[in-house]
Amino acid sequence: MVDLISARRLPLADVPPLAATALSMAPLLPQARFVLRARPAAQAAIGQALGVALPTLVCRANVAGNRAALWLGPDEWLVLLLLPDGGAETLPAAFAVAAEGAPYSLVDISHRQSGLSLSGPQAATVLNTGCALDLDLAAFPVGMCTRTLLGKADITLWRTSETTFHIEAWRSFLPYVWQFLQEAAREFLV
Amino acid sequence: MLIIDCPYCGKRPEIEFSYGGEAHIARPLDPAALNDEEWAAFLYARTNPKGLHAERWRHARGCGRFFNAVRDTVSDFFVTTYKTGEARPDATKKASA
Ligand SMILES: [Zn+2]
Repeated sequence: MVDLISARRLPLADVPPLAATALSMAPLLPQARFVLRARPAAQAAIGQALGVALPTLVCRANVAGNRAALWLGPDEWLVLLLLPDGGAETLPAAFAVAAEGAPYSLVDISHRQSGLSLSGPQAATVLNTGCALDLDLAAFPVGMCTRTLLGKADITLWRTSETTFHIEAWRSFLPYVWQFLQEAAREFLV
Repeated sequence: MLIIDCPYCGKRPEIEFSYGGEAHIARPLDPAALNDEEWAAFLYARTNPKGLHAERWRHARGCGRFFNAVRDTVSDFFVTTYKTGEARPDATKKASA
């Protein structure tokens, strides 16, 4: 599975990264992705097996090393593993042992979505051209993550620093998301 | 743009939500025991009030969860929102406030 993920052609493989003082944009490094759904009975044990406690705070992400767990819903998380990470293969079995029979579901979505990183002092302004959320630091602080809309595409938005956003979308939407942001960024690229 | 208060995520823009029809309509436990009129009433008959209306919404582009809202069908004002499974709150006070 790891080989498949690292060998496949990433959706943004051909785009030239965008780099300017106000804004830079680049495809994310290859990652393995899982959607996890679990009730409270299984959450602590699964978090321990993952090495990242599952955030129970609404719309928050926990990070430990190269792994992250993002709150998507009351019983739903996006699990990200920066590759190479052996967990891409071993996590499903490890979770099954850890949960001790408590019901949960784990779906490998590594091939369904990918993402890009948007950073710079104008990152929030550019995002707001197509995203209706309040991206002020007081309303959308560092560590906050959520599913939302950018233009016509469903995205997962995660603020990893004051001026950096981790953006995920389904792979067929990624060229649209990239071009949308590129278009919105034009006025800052002088 | 309307701001809708998701019971899980908080205040979010309306484009993230989708409408789910009137709330608190329980599916009959034994549909086979119903005659056509009763089944049609379950399927189609709705209160359609002018004023406060309890209805289902889904935070489709956010946490993905269904919840209920009381909305004024005259002004489109969202009086309150609450989780699925909770009883319809007495929303009249908030509405007049
Ligand atoms: Zn929500």
